[in-house]
Amino acid sequence: MREIEKTFQNLKKRNEGALIAYVAGGDPKPEYTPDIVEALIDGGADIIELGIPFSDPVADGPTIQAATVRALNAGTTPKMVLEMVSEVKDRHRVPITVLTYYNPVFRMGLEDFFKSASRCGVDGLVVPDLPIEEARDYKRVAEAYEIDTIFLAAPSTSTERLRKIVEHTSGFLYLVSVFGVTGTRKEVQELTVNLIRKALPFTTGKIPLAVGFGISKPEHVRTIITNEADGAIVGSRFVKIIEKNRENNDEMIEEIKKCAHELKKATIRNRSSE
Amino acid sequence: MRKLSLYPVGGKYGRYGGQFVPETLMAALSELEEAYERLREDPDFQKQLRYYLSEYAGRPTPLYYAENLTKKVGGAKIYLKREDLAHGGAHKINNTLGQALLAKSMGKRRVIAETGAGQHGVATAIACAALELKTEIYMGSEDMERQRLNVFRMRLLDAEVHRVESGSKTLKDSINEALRDWVTNVQTTYYLIGSVVGPHPYPVIVRDFQSVIGYELKEQITQKEGRLPDVLIACVGGGSNAMGTFYPFVDDKAVKMIGVEAAGCGIESGKHAASLYAGAEGVLHGMQTYVLQDEHGQIQTTHSISAGLDYPGVGPEHSFLKGIERAQYTVATDGEAVKAFLDLSKNEGIVPALEPSHALAYAVKIAQTMGRDQIIVVTLSGRGDKDVEVVAKYLGVKM
Repeated sequence: MREIEKTFQNLKKRNEGALIAYVAGGDPKPEYTPDIVEALIDGGADIIELGIPFSDPVADGPTIQAATVRALNAGTTPKMVLEMVSEVKDRHRVPITVLTYYNPVFRMGLEDFFKSASRCGVDGLVVPDLPIEEARDYKRVAEAYEIDTIFLAAPSTSTERLRKIVEHTSGFLYLVSVFGVTGTRKEVQELTVNLIRKALPFTTGKIPLAVGFGISKPEHVRTIITNEADGAIVGSRFVKIIEKNRENNDEMIEEIKKCAHELKKATIRNRSSE
Repeated sequence: MRKLSLYPVGGKYGRYGGQFVPETLMAALSELEEAYERLREDPDFQKQLRYYLSEYAGRPTPLYYAENLTKKVGGAKIYLKREDLAHGGAHKINNTLGQALLAKSMGKRRVIAETGAGQHGVATAIACAALELKTEIYMGSEDMERQRLNVFRMRLLDAEVHRVESGSKTLKDSINEALRDWVTNVQTTYYLIGSVVGPHPYPVIVRDFQSVIGYELKEQITQKEGRLPDVLIACVGGGSNAMGTFYPFVDDKAVKMIGVEAAGCGIESGKHAASLYAGAEGVLHGMQTYVLQDEHGQIQTTHSISAGLDYPGVGPEHSFLKGIERAQYTVATDGEAVKAFLDLSKNEGIVPALEPSHALAYAVKIAQTMGRDQIIVVTLSGRGDKDVEVVAKYLGVKM
């Protein structure tokens, strides 16, 4: 069994959801990232999602766009982000997925990319601009290197498509919670809850369901998890902490750890419901 | 009449094209594809489109024999397909009228578009004003500075112009921003793309609407010369006027097709916008195509004196035509384009836009090497009023 699946299974036994924490690799500087990831893990993140910065991130809102610019200006390359994964993996067993737009993968070549990713211990890949229709070769190579291919489903995805996406995805299904781009939002929309209800019959017993986009506060995470999703993905919230403290490493690390801890607590389901 | 040989099966032209977009947009793209498949065969829709093209946009545009230029150059006969005479001053209106009608038929009342120099933004605002659709245009702040006149024109035409501050603050980033808007408002909004780029079915939709250029030209040259031209030349940024010119001739193998990209300050300077000529295959804005990028797959910033060619990607069908060697792609520099701009103005009394000035520059170059009985048609995709200030600055002239 692969690491991501194992993690979800163990969490389920403990009646917890997964906290999946995203940061952009190389933000604000490449040398900061391993410490930032470590802080997320110390705070309680169950799975790490590390972004490869891309010049044209169409699925991202202003917060992650700015992180991308900082990382690129600091000279971050796709290979460097994969090496960061390797560095963290030397010390921790936490599953790490990499989020990247398709062009950096395409440019490196599927074979080279997955070979490097595999060598660095990457557990899964999320590519927001690669729908299942375009993913045949990608999936084949990923399978050969035993790396999970995490696909996304969205509010506009039909049930027929949802069934197909579930067939293609491994590790977990990434449910985009809203119409829109990444970024913190005030509250979890009713649409999101309905979306989880719509998706669960397709995923239950097959693949864990994690919800992302706009999830930033403990109460958001709680809503996601009490509605039976298996994980909550938080990104922009952490990126904002990095942005705010980019001149002060110690404070950044402390705040990230604290934030991850609070969010993690919200993934623990009520014991009495066991 | 319409060739289906190049209809992209599964959205692909060979290995180019496709739909590399966030999942949220996949449903909208199928909705668009279904609507378009229905309407492209629908006589009422076609009739409506023809009405607007002729009564409103002023089509057909003339095919003009540039006799003075031909004599001066000494060689092949040079004809100009006068898209500069279409309403709005460029070929852009062919596409915006078509897509605005499509949006209306789909029941969408809000239209968004990206624009670089402002030509597509203006053409979108024109079409949407005529068809009573609400319009919002995304434009890079850098471009807004350079093209203040067009910003005001769009506002006059009742379009809302959004300033884009992300990335390089130019066309590529206004497409990113339009895509982000579309992901957010996809249920109510039609995204009106300005060139043969983006995810399927946009490249085919825009090519079909622009093909009116090539179909008219074919008929006109046959009437005037009793035969097809030897060479077609058009400039290529995203590539819509070139695709519209080339497409009706794809099966006429004797007709050479040449696309001219912007070499900017020269290919070796790195400051250019020649995706096909100097780029590498990649994935940008929903399509697999030639892209200007670095070794890590980061999209590069481009340079051209003409804002309309200043784009790091190109329509996937052009990548395909290059691959099968049905079309050739070459380049002209800023300097060569300006020279052609001046030549045509002086000799023919036609001030061309800087975009087709690139095509003209190359036409003049090869006309000299051809016989007097041979024929070149250059698509003059737009008029040059918008570029007068830029050219004056380039020449160091104070106005």
